[in-house]
Amino acid sequence: MTTTIHSPDHAHDHDHAHDHPTGLARWLTATNHKDIGTLYLWFSFIMFLTGGVMALCIRLELFHPGLQFFKPELFNQFTTLHGIIMVFGAIMPAFTGLMNWQIPLMIGAPDMAFARMNNWSFWLLPPAALLLMISFVVPGGAAAAGWTLYAPLATQMGMGMDLTIFAIHIMGISSIMGAINIVTTILNMRAPGMTLMKMPMFCWTSLITAYLLIAVMPVLAGAVTMVLTDRHFGTNFFNAAGGGDPVLYQHVFWFFGHPEVYIMALPAFGVVSQVIPAFARKPLFGYHSMVYATSSIAILSFMVWAHHMYTTGMPATAQIFFMFATMLIAVPTGVKVFNWIATMWQGSMTFETPMLFAIGFVCLFTFGGMSGVVLSVAAVDIQLQDTYYVVAHFHYVLVAGALFSLFSAVYYWLPKWCGFMYNETRGKVHFWWSMIAFNVTFFPMHFLGLAGMPRRIPDYGVQFTEFNSMASVGAFAFGLAQIYFLFFVLLPTLRGGAGAAPQRPWEGAHTLEWEVPSPAPFHTWEAPPSKELVDELAAKQMLH
Amino acid sequence: MKNRVSRSLAGLSAAVSLSAFADYQLNLQTPVTKVAQDVYDLHTLLLYICGGIFVVVFGVMFYSIFKHRKAAGHKAVNFHESTTVELIWTIIPALILVAMAWPATRVVLEQKDTSGADMTIKVTGYQWKWGYDYLDEGVSFHSRLVTPQVQYENFGGEKPVRNENYLLEVDNPVVVPVGKRVRLLLTANDVIHAWWVPAFSVKQDAIPGFIRDTWFKADKEGVYRGQCVELCGKDHGFMPIVVHVVSDEKYKVWVDEQKKKMAANQDDPNKVWTMPDMMARGQKVYEANCAVCHKSDGKGQGAFPALDGSKMASDKAQKADHIAMVLVGKNAMPSWSKTLSDTELAAVITYERNAWGNKTGDLLQPAEIKAARK
Repeated sequence: MTTTIHSPDHAHDHDHAHDHPTGLARWLTATNHKDIGTLYLWFSFIMFLTGGVMALCIRLELFHPGLQFFKPELFNQFTTLHGIIMVFGAIMPAFTGLMNWQIPLMIGAPDMAFARMNNWSFWLLPPAALLLMISFVVPGGAAAAGWTLYAPLATQMGMGMDLTIFAIHIMGISSIMGAINIVTTILNMRAPGMTLMKMPMFCWTSLITAYLLIAVMPVLAGAVTMVLTDRHFGTNFFNAAGGGDPVLYQHVFWFFGHPEVYIMALPAFGVVSQVIPAFARKPLFGYHSMVYATSSIAILSFMVWAHHMYTTGMPATAQIFFMFATMLIAVPTGVKVFNWIATMWQGSMTFETPMLFAIGFVCLFTFGGMSGVVLSVAAVDIQLQDTYYVVAHFHYVLVAGALFSLFSAVYYWLPKWCGFMYNETRGKVHFWWSMIAFNVTFFPMHFLGLAGMPRRIPDYGVQFTEFNSMASVGAFAFGLAQIYFLFFVLLPTLRGGAGAAPQRPWEGAHTLEWEVPSPAPFHTWEAPPSKELVDELAAKQMLH
Repeated sequence: MKNRVSRSLAGLSAAVSLSAFADYQLNLQTPVTKVAQDVYDLHTLLLYICGGIFVVVFGVMFYSIFKHRKAAGHKAVNFHESTTVELIWTIIPALILVAMAWPATRVVLEQKDTSGADMTIKVTGYQWKWGYDYLDEGVSFHSRLVTPQVQYENFGGEKPVRNENYLLEVDNPVVVPVGKRVRLLLTANDVIHAWWVPAFSVKQDAIPGFIRDTWFKADKEGVYRGQCVELCGKDHGFMPIVVHVVSDEKYKVWVDEQKKKMAANQDDPNKVWTMPDMMARGQKVYEANCAVCHKSDGKGQGAFPALDGSKMASDKAQKADHIAMVLVGKNAMPSWSKTLSDTELAAVITYERNAWGNKTGDLLQPAEIKAARK
């Protein structure tokens, strides 16, 4: 760590805004981590609503048996784009936005390591999103092969598939650049005295997530490039008639796809590990084992990809290997859950909205984890693969997991971002509304899957009607809750909300971002925080 | 739009009123094979274990939430680490997993053991139907959805009456004898499909270019239904599977019937056809195979081009291209060279070139297709 010379004019107001543009140019040329974080968060929220509308189209069609609203081709396009948009457009950029905002603040750095590249990482995303949306109106429509884009079905599609492949390439480049920035920032720009083991948990999970991204995004790029050359340049990677192997695609895809699940889950673990100690007024239990557990989950995530492929006809030994490896992930994940509960145990808990979302996360993510254990058992998975049980399972981990933790993070840090408090009652309404609607939507899907309803079908046998109608009603309620969040929580807060936020709105929060005023000034930590401050906060969090 | 809204409201009220005798199935379908029974029991075991863990873990959490709240005056205690506790809650879950993995491994080995089969059926996935070849009996047929289109495609139409097995009924079901080990060989013609009958706990992807196998031995006579479960394009949701498990005698009768039917359907490849016969035959083939995408009136839909008035089907000069397209396929258009006989191909191409507004006058003979195949 370099020695830092304390700047004599550090005390002067950072918000002079003497050297940065305003208006539209401020956002287009943004290199400030806070501006870029804001851009990411708004982009992801817009994509979340877009993907959500597609989900509601799906649920509308499935409300009742028979095709009432959409032809099967369009239905398949909705399911495909809903998945792609939610994964690459909503959840991943939202976490990148959080990391952009929080990491420099939490480690005492002035900005991200590569500020100009940071701008590019963000501005690659809107064109990619545009390509995906345009694909709906090109001949043949958008990609309709599922978000996994399995070959050889993917080679049959029209030019919508090419646009999707291009969009995935762009989003992949964006992710990799973002990840490089995060790794470099965390490894090189921590405040004096902040060793890795004194770093807040959210920074740890961000670091590990960034490594996962760098490792697997090129794999996805490779997979879709092979589809592209199969489609247009006469290669036969996945075309059996030309000597290719359709199952190869699945191996390559899931070698990306399984770690991808953790790319969406690990930052959520980080958020919850910040929020629960703050509202339990107790240090995070087992910080060290949390770090080790997160790392082991990341490493194990590379060894279990074929559990998505039990029905492709693997040899028994391979099935058993992947079954054991998959079950093993339950151990470190369990450790994390136990640690969160031990953090709450004997605490002095209050239940503001961020805490409610964090507890909601722990409950529902654990529930999703349990159905994950059921699915890990190859023999049972044979029955449940590609049914609504799987849909229920991954929505429990991705909506109740990633999305709920994102809401928790937004409520937790919003006062720091905009300088205003949100309305607590409305926040709680948003939580309970989302919580109930979510369960009405996805809980019945377990039963549908067990009873034999395949996923990705636009129409179904009459015996599945009741649970589908229930799920559709829940989905619309869930969607409405997010509109409520936008218009009754978020926008009012940005316009002043429930008053100015104090520097430290949460009694039990002891990380560096709470040492700067609310809202955080445009430039923070131009001079790093003192070693004494870092040590004092680490002591409060019992980090050593 | 108003119509749609009112229709969905009507649907809502129908759903509410029907719920009195609704079908709320909460668990796996009743197993009829030993493997399915084992899977059922395994799932129940997992459910109990996971349920137990859930209750214990969340019991602790909610106790803490109620007792250790600031509002109740609880002061935070400052413990934050305990290696002993961490070891315990690493080792115990690991042991629980071993307890799950043990029976699970046994069932996996049982599922994967396809030896000692009494009979073998080759299953081929097509967009969008199933082909079955009884390798021992020499019986072959295709199996398609028979639920009438009016029952599922109701964009703005009257509310149809749906039968009990809506979307789960086929023209030619698979028939197998009860209590026999049936080995299935699976492959596909175009994209990946998956053959699933929940009551047998058989689910296996059918992959183009590869042969995979699985097996079942049904212990009870009856009709069992399943569906394709791998997204395979437009009609993925309309690819049901129906298996009739019958007594040995009934099975033998069925095999004889099938053989007679196949003999009756055999075409003489050297026969020279007249235009009216060929058109009639072609229409049948078209309705059964092509209408699902290109529509009965040849107008096409979505990504599927219209044939009525298309250059390929109405220009005399493009006859060879037309034949090649049907034989080889392109993008979502599958190759029909293996699924249809020379006579059927000649018939359907003749039909397409002379039906609706197309008036080429071309009459194809089976011999011409045979030549084009080379």
